[in-house]
Amino acid sequence: MELKEKLLDSHLAFEEQSEVNETIQGFRTRALRVFEKKGFPTRKIEAWKYTSLASVVNKNYALFPRTDSGIELKHVKRYFLYDIDTYKIVFIDGIYSPFLSETTHDGLDVCLLSAALSKQKYKPIIDKYFNKAAVKDESLTALNTAFAKEGAYIYIPKNKVSENPIEIVHFSTGEQKALWLQPRNLIVVEENAQVQIIERHQSLSSHDVVTNTVTEIHAHKDSLLDYYKIQNDLDSASLIDNTYIVQEKNSHVSVHTFSFGGKLVRNNLNYFHKDQNIMSTLKGLTILKGKQHVDHNTLVNHSKPNCDSHQDYKGIYSEQSKGVFNGKIFVDKIAQKTNAFQQSNNILIDDKATINSKPQLEIFADDVKCSHGCTIGQLDEDTLFYLRSRGIPRKEAKALLTYAFANNILQSVQINVLKKRINGQIAEKLGVNLGFDL
Amino acid sequence: MSYTEEELKKELETKEYEYGFYTDIESETFPIGLNEKVVSAISKKKNEPEWMKTWRLEAYRAWLEMEEPDWANVNYEKPDFQAISYYSAPKNKNQYKSLDEVDPELLETFNKLGISINEQKKLTGVAMDIVVDSVSVATTFRDTLAKKGIIFCSISEAIRDYPDLVKKYIGSIVPARDNYYAALNSAVFSDGSFCYIPKGVKCPMELSTYFRINQAGTGQFERTLLIADEGSYVSYLEGCTAPSRDENQLHAAVVELIAHDNAEIKYSTVQNWFPGNKEGKGGVYNFVTKRGICYNNSKISWTQVETGSAITWKYPSCILKGDNSIGEFYSIAVTNNFQQADTGTKMIHIGKNTRSTIISKGISAGNSQNSYRGLVQVNSRAKNARNFSQCDSLLMGNKCGAHTFPYIEAKNNSAQIEHEATTSKIGEDQIFYCNQRGIETEKAIALIVNGFSKEVLNKLPMEFAVEAQKLLEISLEGSVG
Repeated sequence: MELKEKLLDSHLAFEEQSEVNETIQGFRTRALRVFEKKGFPTRKIEAWKYTSLASVVNKNYALFPRTDSGIELKHVKRYFLYDIDTYKIVFIDGIYSPFLSETTHDGLDVCLLSAALSKQKYKPIIDKYFNKAAVKDESLTALNTAFAKEGAYIYIPKNKVSENPIEIVHFSTGEQKALWLQPRNLIVVEENAQVQIIERHQSLSSHDVVTNTVTEIHAHKDSLLDYYKIQNDLDSASLIDNTYIVQEKNSHVSVHTFSFGGKLVRNNLNYFHKDQNIMSTLKGLTILKGKQHVDHNTLVNHSKPNCDSHQDYKGIYSEQSKGVFNGKIFVDKIAQKTNAFQQSNNILIDDKATINSKPQLEIFADDVKCSHGCTIGQLDEDTLFYLRSRGIPRKEAKALLTYAFANNILQSVQINVLKKRINGQIAEKLGVNLGFDL
Repeated sequence: MSYTEEELKKELETKEYEYGFYTDIESETFPIGLNEKVVSAISKKKNEPEWMKTWRLEAYRAWLEMEEPDWANVNYEKPDFQAISYYSAPKNKNQYKSLDEVDPELLETFNKLGISINEQKKLTGVAMDIVVDSVSVATTFRDTLAKKGIIFCSISEAIRDYPDLVKKYIGSIVPARDNYYAALNSAVFSDGSFCYIPKGVKCPMELSTYFRINQAGTGQFERTLLIADEGSYVSYLEGCTAPSRDENQLHAAVVELIAHDNAEIKYSTVQNWFPGNKEGKGGVYNFVTKRGICYNNSKISWTQVETGSAITWKYPSCILKGDNSIGEFYSIAVTNNFQQADTGTKMIHIGKNTRSTIISKGISAGNSQNSYRGLVQVNSRAKNARNFSQCDSLLMGNKCGAHTFPYIEAKNNSAQIEHEATTSKIGEDQIFYCNQRGIETEKAIALIVNGFSKEVLNKLPMEFAVEAQKLLEISLEGSVG
């Protein structure tokens, strides 16, 4: 049976076992219709020109994971930031793991979406924010909405600064052969609040797993949100990440995406501005090898004046890996004094590696500064020679230059432990450790 | 004459089309509509051999199966292809030996445009193959060129006199099935220019063709075929003006360039078709397919100044097939009122050590939309390919839009690609900088705008630069005075 049919057929069973109010049910039914009409995106759609889902949607996935398979902390400890205190929301095969998690309701809410959706206490917030930022007519987002049930719910009240970073971690164990997961996160950062969030998807066995996740973020006036996406999965795991961010006045939301692995990763990162003086930061570092494929698809919708956006994506592609960057800056005619910057730098290491880049600008206002740059090149031979002539072996010299290339993405990571961790991962990817921190 | 930005904006908005007049030359025009009979009739009218007719009919059948593309960032009412007459020729279509024989009214038309043939002949040394509507009526300097072995004539003559060359090259770069408009053009093209530069010959003068849409309701379907044989050089100029008409006129041209080993082609265009009036009514639809192929060590350079047309859909491209070949694209596109332009280039790197440069400048005013759409593709065997692209847009007012859609595809690890794009208005800090140095604001704006487009204007051949300025009128270069 085709995956699409299977998904459509199973929706009824899904609805029966979930207890939500009519509004949510309405969202789900409408979203299912959208998905039914549109189906999975194909390469004929401009936004999917360079990424084909054909190799992902052709398998028979289990849609509803069974019970917690119980993994021990010592086996997965390395996937957490264990050396500092963090709040943790952990899911195993899509199911909440109370044993590994550390949720809180003390001053801020870090808990489960399923709880928020069903409990009366959260109703005003759910009514106000759930399924509001997400774009309704995008088929994969709609598919997620139709099955939206579980995920992280984070609510930071006014003037609250979360002292601990929050980790959202999804493990897949491969208890069931091929797995299709659809987590849904809702994050609300109230006025003048601050929080740091780290999201990670990790499979623990080499069974096929596809995650189609949607994250909705509302950042209110003067708020500050730092979001880190760590994508360093096995070659059997695919990820479709749809993130929708709504920003209010003076807010600053920055998203760092570190894509170091996975069979196919697609990041749809969307920013919507609701007021003035907003700052949006999008940074990405992609280091791929083998047949990995990562597609960054960003949209910054400048619909209000005096806002800034800054995009910086760097990619290093070896072997037969494939990178796609499709960045779009849209500036409405009233969005005067917009300052939008977009940059995509890429290094192709091997002959078979490919990069497709499409940095787009659509501008309707005149008093704006918008620029984009895109480069594709190699490590400079002269520089390599310089380092080697000073006794640094070729491999280390290459690594050094690659470190330098990646440095300005890492620089803006606010959590030191995380920075170190990523640094280690870069070293691992490059196959050398230079024994220093960036 | 100097302008402030406001004045310049106003001028761009209120500028009426200066070359809007209509010459009444008795024409022989086909009834409107398109079917196989019309295609055959065009072929017959031009005394074409059987193979040409078959080729046209094949293209027509391919066209029937195709759909009009809608991916471009332009909105317009789709033309009714059955409401267009596909052939129009000035009635007196003898080949003139001297200008005296040319219809005086026609000469008057050229005079109004400020391009007296006499003057052109004497002063500029430009050989003109003037095309009014569809049939070539005057060809000059042919003898001079013939001595060098250069063939420069209308494509219909070429089909008649040099069938082997035409047969070999036509449709080889832009196949009849390439796209919707190319197929339409292949089926119904009425005339155009043909140029062949033999081995090792440097064309001694700039070759130039004037295209004009003259007859009401007749589409202009030009076909240009330019072949530069090994080691040759040619610079080719193409310029367009069209009379004011309220109904939309369709222009779907195909240009094919072939640069053999070590050859160089420089192709310059000034396009000033009627852009529609202030309310966005009327104007020419300009759907053009231009493409060139470069063999080893050869070079193709496209320069275009696009100021006219209601809708522009045009992507002059280079296929860099040979090793060490070079492709260049320099463009200024000015849109105002309700004009829409979706233009850019494609650079396809196939050979080793190929290089390409793209400089695109877009200036939008009024309610216009100006898009750059370009593709840089480096194939897996194109070792050491190099590309530099720069797309700058200048916006005047907040009713217009500037868009950039660059596609960059690299499949080779030795490729070096750089792309830069900026969108801005004339910066207050730039003006301040000039003011600081004693340059008054008006002059400063002129200076900045001048600098903005100079890079491309510089690439136009001398003979054409003067002409371009005259034709453009709204040219920002001209505003400096």
